Amino acid sequence: MLLTIEWPVVLEKLILIIIVVSGSLVIAMYTTFAERKVAAVIQDRRGPNRAGPFGLLQPLADGLKLFFKEEIIPSFSNKALFILGPCLAMLTAMMTGAVIPWGSSVHLFDRTISLQIADINIGVLFVFGVVSMGVYGIMIGGWASNNKYSLLGGLRAASQIISYELPMGITMIALLMVTGTLSLNEMVVQQQQTMWNFCYQPLGFLIFLICAFAECNRTPFDLPEAENELIGGYHTEYSSMKLGFFLFAEYINMFISSAVMATLFFGGYDIIPFYDESAWGLSQNTMAILGTLALLVKIGFFLFLFMWVRWTIPRFRYDQLMNLGWKILLPLSLVNMLGTGAVILLKQNGWHF
Amino acid sequence: MQTLTNRAKIVERKPMSMGERMYLPAIFKGMWITFKHIFRKKATINYPEQKRPFSPVFRGLHVLNRDAEGRENCTACGLCAVACPAEAITMEAAERKPGEEHLYREEKYAAKYEINMLRCIFCGLCEEACPKDAIYLSETFAPANYQRQGFIYGKDDLLIPNPVTEPEAYQKALGGRVVKEMTH
Repeated sequence: MLLTIEWPVVLEKLILIIIVVSGSLVIAMYTTFAERKVAAVIQDRRGPNRAGPFGLLQPLADGLKLFFKEEIIPSFSNKALFILGPCLAMLTAMMTGAVIPWGSSVHLFDRTISLQIADINIGVLFVFGVVSMGVYGIMIGGWASNNKYSLLGGLRAASQIISYELPMGITMIALLMVTGTLSLNEMVVQQQQTMWNFCYQPLGFLIFLICAFAECNRTPFDLPEAENELIGGYHTEYSSMKLGFFLFAEYINMFISSAVMATLFFGGYDIIPFYDESAWGLSQNTMAILGTLALLVKIGFFLFLFMWVRWTIPRFRYDQLMNLGWKILLPLSLVNMLGTGAVILLKQNGWHF
Repeated sequence: MQTLTNRAKIVERKPMSMGERMYLPAIFKGMWITFKHIFRKKATINYPEQKRPFSPVFRGLHVLNRDAEGRENCTACGLCAVACPAEAITMEAAERKPGEEHLYREEKYAAKYEINMLRCIFCGLCEEACPKDAIYLSETFAPANYQRQGFIYGKDDLLIPNPVTEPEAYQKALGGRVVKEMTH
C-alpha cells in the first residue's frame, strides 16, 4: 500500500528533527554570545565574562532575563498579528533546517539513516521559499505594532528582501546549471566527487554572500532595525520573549544561511576538497561524524564572517542599498548566469564555436 | 583658497576610479584592520578583581587624621569649612574634658564633623586650609549608595583607624602616604 506508515522511519526522522531544532536553537544562543565576544575582541574589549566560566552561561542569563521581562502588547496594536509576527519569524527560521544535509548517512540498528530530515528533490527551492516567507514575520510584526517606525522598518525589510532575492535567485540558476540538480544532498555528493562549487562559481558565491547578508538583515544591510534612524525598526514595540524571538530568529537565519552557503558552495559535509576521504578506510559512522563536524566548522567560519563584517562595515544608506541591489548585483548575476550558460553550451559542443 | 595655518589639508574630491568603485579592496582592507585588533592587547581590565592605580595626587575621600599616639588632630577651628567652596563641611566644637588627653591632641576638638559627599567637589581646599594636618584627601572615592543620607559622612566614617590600638588597619588606611611630623 502506498500510504503504509513505516514507524522506524517516522521515529528516526522525529529524533533527527528534535536534534536539528534543538541544535540550531543552542547554536543560535551561543551565536549571540559569540557575537558579543567577537565585537569585544575587535574593539579591544573583553566582552561578557561574568556569568559562568568565561561567561559561557551568558546566553542563558540573557534568555532568562527576556522571559522575566514585562510583556507589553500596545493597546493600539492589532493583537493577533502582533503575536503572530514573532511566531512566524521563528517558524520560518526553524523550517529551513529540514532540507539541509547535516551529514552523509550513519549505520545504526541494521538501518542506514540519512542525516538529512527530508531529501526532497527541490531542496534549493524549498530553502528559497521558506527564507522569503521569513520577511512576513517582520512585516506583520512591524505593521501590527501600529507605529510609524515599526512600519518603516517592516517596509524596508520587505523591499530589501525582494530586491536581494532576485540576484540571489539568478545566482542560484547559474549554480543549478553547473550542478544540474535541485537536491541539496545530490549537490554535496557531486562536490565530494569533483570539486567544490566555489571553484566553478566564485562570482556567484560573492553575490550569494552579499545577498545572504541582506536576507539576514545583518550589517551593512540592517536597515529594517537601524537603531539610530528607526529606534528599533520592526521590533520597536516588542518586549519580553517576543522581542527575544525576533532577535533569535535573526541568529537562526544566520546559522541556516551559513549552512546553505557551506552546502551549496563549499561542499557541505565534504571534509577536504580535491581529496577522496574514503582512502582513510574509516567506518561509515566515523566518516559521517567527521563530515558533520566539517560542516559545522564551515558554518562556524561563515558565522564568524557575519560578525566580522558587522563590526567592520558601517550601514548603507537606503538609496545605496537599492542601487547596489538593482544596478550592480542584478546585472552582475545576469552576466554570471549568461557566462555560465555559454561556457556550459560550449563544453557540451566540444568547444566548437 | 588661502589657509589660516600651514596645517590645513585640502580635501581632494576627485571622482573615484574604477578600482575604488568596486569597494571590495577597501572592504578587505577594513576587515584586515579589524582582524588585527583581535590579537591586540585589551584596553580594558577585569574591574572588581583588577583596579587601575590612582595617581598619588588623586583627591578622593577625606580622612580625619590622628597623630602617632592615636589622638585626633582636628581642633574644630573651622578653617576647612570656611575654605570649602561647596559648603560641604559641618562641624560642632567641644572642649576636651580632663582625662580625654589620649583622645584629642588639643583642648578643643570636633564633637561632630560631617562632610556631605554629594556637595563636595573634591577640590582639596580643606586639606590646604588645615593648619593641623587634620584632614587630607585619600586615594579612594565615595562608593555608591541608595540614600542621600548615606552620602553624609560622619566622624566614624572619616576618622583614620587608631595607630596604637589597631595598627594594621591604620597602615592599610595610610596606604602609601608619608606621614609628616607635625611641630606644635
